[in-house]
Amino acid sequence: MIWNKSKECMSRDEMTDLQGKRLRKLVDLVYHHVPFYREKMQAMDLSPEDIRTIEDIRKLPFTTKQDLRDNYPLGLQAAAQSEIVRIHASSGTTGNPTIVGYTGRDLEIWKEVAARCLTAYGVTRNDIFSVGYGYGLFTGGLGVHNGVEYVGASVVPTSTGNTEKHLRLLRDLKITGIACTPSYALYLAEAMDKAGMTRDDIYLKTGAFGAEPWTENMRKEIESRLGLQAYNIYGLSEIMGPGVSYECECKDGSHICEDHFYPEIINPDTLEPLGRGQTGELVFTTLTKTGMPLLRYRTKDLTSLMEGECACGRTNVRMTRIIGRSDDMLIIRGINVFPSQVESVILEMPEFEPRYMLVVDRVNNLDTLQVQVEVRRDYFSDEIGTMLQLKKKLADRLRSILSISADVRLMEPDSIPRSEGKSVRIVDKRQLL
Amino acid sequence: MIIRQISIFLENRKGRINEVTRVLADNGINMEAFCIAETSDFGLMRLIVSEVDRTVSVLREAGFAVIVTDVVSISCRNVAGALASVLEILAGRGIFIEYMYAFSQKETADVIIKPDSLADCEKVIEELGLDNR
Repeated sequence: MIWNKSKECMSRDEMTDLQGKRLRKLVDLVYHHVPFYREKMQAMDLSPEDIRTIEDIRKLPFTTKQDLRDNYPLGLQAAAQSEIVRIHASSGTTGNPTIVGYTGRDLEIWKEVAARCLTAYGVTRNDIFSVGYGYGLFTGGLGVHNGVEYVGASVVPTSTGNTEKHLRLLRDLKITGIACTPSYALYLAEAMDKAGMTRDDIYLKTGAFGAEPWTENMRKEIESRLGLQAYNIYGLSEIMGPGVSYECECKDGSHICEDHFYPEIINPDTLEPLGRGQTGELVFTTLTKTGMPLLRYRTKDLTSLMEGECACGRTNVRMTRIIGRSDDMLIIRGINVFPSQVESVILEMPEFEPRYMLVVDRVNNLDTLQVQVEVRRDYFSDEIGTMLQLKKKLADRLRSILSISADVRLMEPDSIPRSEGKSVRIVDKRQLL
Repeated sequence: MIIRQISIFLENRKGRINEVTRVLADNGINMEAFCIAETSDFGLMRLIVSEVDRTVSVLREAGFAVIVTDVVSISCRNVAGALASVLEILAGRGIFIEYMYAFSQKETADVIIKPDSLADCEKVIEELGLDNR
């Protein structure tokens, strides 16, 4: 099903036209209302008149997370405070949190794009939908919540933190849809096992998973353990929140709501734009936002844009799975390592739980990578040799995928800390100073 | 005779063995024999107890990775050379030993053996009259 055919299935020419028109308006807005952008453009000898079509976007300056921090808390806001109706803040693990103010119109657009996602996942007014993202400053909870209401389904604002109650509601309310992080979905599946429940005790048929990178193997695992169709939902609070892009029934890339969020892929080192199919850093320009519009915001997410039309009938461009973040890519002995690569190896092997922790250290000037992984209960042995073989099997597989050797640590079940939100999977102990 | 042995997977960290013995103590379970095999990053604790099922369930309850395997238990005289002659016979009959451990009482010594073939090993033990129960 398609929520907004006129926008989701627009012809390329019409879309390009619309994007150009919206970009002109946006540049006009930020030039006159955000000193940060006016100064940047003036320094580049650019005026709003220089931006005529969407192609001209390449002339515009980039925006980084650091720019948001430097202008903390509200320096990049374009709208007057009286126009702002909601403020979200993203977790600031280092430095200031990122504050994003939304106008009433922004919230309308957010609701619209979230509804496009949910409709693509098969959610209708007849569904009961549980939102298992955190509610609060994080955009996940409220973002999906408003979309579910807009579609007309019944929303259950379960939020995070009470897994037992969540399971009970899934069963007793016959909840048919869910949104949460993929790691929380697996955590739920595990909690179900422990409670002696099976997928036949619940009624889920569809799920929206996002807010952290996940893999095809994780999708298979979530689908088989929860008995649903698992779809990717992508978003980031700086741009809007969940709803920036979404998978359709083809599960082949996520359609970007490009009438609102214009995507580009750049080389993160040279900042040069890359073509279709090339992998690089994803950059978004918020074409219609009025609260805190951003020009060419560097997401740090690494992905590529896909060529060609989708079998679902939507024409909106698709992005492939996020393969990592340009800032959580680990460089170990000069080799780029993404946690998602390790994850895909672990998920392929039935001997291990889908939980792992990467510990990077530097011993005698040599980088070391330790992969801690929990062995499934059925695969323990009373023989050391068998356990060592298991360890070697994983180490060999990792070496062939990562091109560097990793020290595998077999762990007891339930020994790696679970998280109900975003999972922390990397500990980098290297002190390079 | 063939008896059931409990094996517990233990990460190498301080106090982990103590956590096992504390669970056993709190549940009034006495170990008849045990041994620990270790590698650089994990160990296996193997236990012989009288109440296998209850022990497994209290250990699992406490979150341990526990498995049960069949092993052969034999009894020989607690004198020099007794084990050597038993092992020579087992080797002569082509039985390979994966691991073993023993504990001696006053007159006798009980030996726990994990052979590659349980059935063959048990047959030999019976023939030799070393069955200990």
